[in-house]
Amino acid sequence: TFRVTVRDALNQAMDEELERDERVFLLGEEVAQYDGAYKVSRGLWKKYGDKRIIDTPITEMGFAGIAVGAAMAGLRPICEFMTFNFSMQAIDQVINSAAKTYYMSAGQQSVPIVFRGPNGASAGVAAQHSQCFAAWYGHCPGLKVVSPWSAEDAKGLLKSAIRDDNPVVFLENELMYGVPFEMSEESQSKDFTIPIGKAKVERQGNHITLVTHSRYVSHCLDAAAVLAKEGIECEVINLRTIRPLDVESIETSVMKTNHLVTVEGGWPQYGVGAEICARIMEGPAFNYLDAPVTRVTGVDIPMPYAKILEDNSVPQIKDVIFSVKKTLNV
Amino acid sequence: MSVRSYADFTTQATFEIKKCDVHKLDEAPATQVVMTRDEGLQYYRTMQTMRRMELKADQLYKQKIIRGFCHLYDGQEACAVGIEGGITLSDHLITAYRAHGYTYTRGGTVKEIMAELTGRRGGIAKGKGGSMHMYCKNFYGGNGIVGAQGQIFETYNMAALWKLPAIFVCENNRYGMGTSVERASASTDYYKRGDYIPGLRVDGMDVLCVREATRFAADHCRSGKGPILMELQTYRYHGHSMSDPGVSYRTREEIQEVRGKSDPISLLKDRMLSNNMASVEELKEIDVEVRKEIEDAAQFATTDPEPPLEELCNHIFYNDPPLEVRGTNPWTKLKSVS
Repeated sequence: TFRVTVRDALNQAMDEELERDERVFLLGEEVAQYDGAYKVSRGLWKKYGDKRIIDTPITEMGFAGIAVGAAMAGLRPICEFMTFNFSMQAIDQVINSAAKTYYMSAGQQSVPIVFRGPNGASAGVAAQHSQCFAAWYGHCPGLKVVSPWSAEDAKGLLKSAIRDDNPVVFLENELMYGVPFEMSEESQSKDFTIPIGKAKVERQGNHITLVTHSRYVSHCLDAAAVLAKEGIECEVINLRTIRPLDVESIETSVMKTNHLVTVEGGWPQYGVGAEICARIMEGPAFNYLDAPVTRVTGVDIPMPYAKILEDNSVPQIKDVIFSVKKTLNV
Repeated sequence: MSVRSYADFTTQATFEIKKCDVHKLDEAPATQVVMTRDEGLQYYRTMQTMRRMELKADQLYKQKIIRGFCHLYDGQEACAVGIEGGITLSDHLITAYRAHGYTYTRGGTVKEIMAELTGRRGGIAKGKGGSMHMYCKNFYGGNGIVGAQGQIFETYNMAALWKLPAIFVCENNRYGMGTSVERASASTDYYKRGDYIPGLRVDGMDVLCVREATRFAADHCRSGKGPILMELQTYRYHGHSMSDPGVSYRTREEIQEVRGKSDPISLLKDRMLSNNMASVEELKEIDVEVRKEIEDAAQFATTDPEPPLEELCNHIFYNDPPLEVRGTNPWTKLKSVS
């Protein structure tokens, strides 16, 4: 096996896809000569040059629009937002120009673009730089929304996203960039991809299902380890994709465990957990629930700066453990 | 140590300053300006305080006492101080993330600013905002996201259309994060980018130049002529933020050269000394006082307690009855008051 950080896995994915298809290119702020604001694109400009790795001015609406146009004209851009908070400057291009066009044109015009960058809370970056956009983008038909957790997720899903002929919003996480993971032998193949729209069971268990995405997969696995000592076996599902949501995997699990807790970093109202609750109620798994679904989410406030406040604004492992026990009524 | 009475010092002197480049203007700010001894001392003290405050922030950041983003202003002091010298505290000012200097000139104390950086309850935003989100009366922050171009032009249009008394200031420090202006802008004559809006290009390292230009610009606005642009040519010694060493996209020689030839504090100091407006000892004394103020502020900022958890959810809405806020799980219900 290979021990690779999420950052390097993303780098490998882009490198391989840039090599494989000359239509693929990367644009964004500081992606080229600076090696990437978070060093995700390190070495790529040196290898591929100005035509494939493009530094843009600090003008999100502008360069996102240019990227969408390029995709419409037949190229395969990767448009990086330094963080997804900045994507709000360009959101009209993502939704109205990218997501809806194939529909509006009745199938004539596709938009094979990837919008990627860090999403959600970081450490001490305060209110304007900490928002999770999974729910906002996950709301829109025409978009695929992916949220990897591990290095293998990152590599396989980014390659799929780049090869996908549709607009994909690829939500990374800054706190995960430096985290190393074991990667399988097969993940080293240049054709290794992970399908978009399919969740993964990271840990099997019989008592309760934990559904989560991105960084919180780690929290859930840690909580599961603690709970196992008390005889509670959690099944942890890593969503991998927000849209389309793999409801079937969740239902299969819930029909086995009869209990469900969703865990996310974003705000509760109209969020990923809320959607999962609704979908469970609309499907066969509802009748298997022994308790209402519990959502563990970020606190419903703008992200404060002070450490003590920030720590208490996002789900902690103890919140997951607490919620599992409450749901199981133990 | 020689004792000199105030009668020994020149009370005011006239200085020759660089002429501003103008765009769509028949007149330009004066090139001969008067500075009094008191003004000089005040500018010196303010810029020195700002400088030392930023350097202290650098230190605290490296010690991990300040977290997150920290965009330092050292090198650009003449901009904030010069601008404030040309307007009044009842005028309104807003800026982007490199905001510590403006928070100070707009009335924030060093103590409150530093305690905000360290995330304590004595911070100017009670620890909730952090480096980029500081506010005080007639100062609207401190903003983290810069939509660099489109919105500016929309604003120029409306400001000109409606003759709004607004001064648009571009602190041109030659780099947008790690990208030089030449690589980011088709035209780097930012003072001309207002097109039909008149503009000035100003030496942003000279506090008198900035002050004079600001006075000129403020007069223009107050006399009903509409908006005006000011491009201040300045320089930041630090990188874009504390996570940017600032030397991958520019040379150390460049930074040293600016420090050696154009440092705003040195420029002012030389002027005052060579015109007999202050003594070396007097300025040294100010330095000592400033150092103490910063040390005291840092002491406060590192010992003041963090904000109380009970206040986590406050300040969602203004003038509204208290509401309940969902915590991380359905059983945690938190209180929020205006």
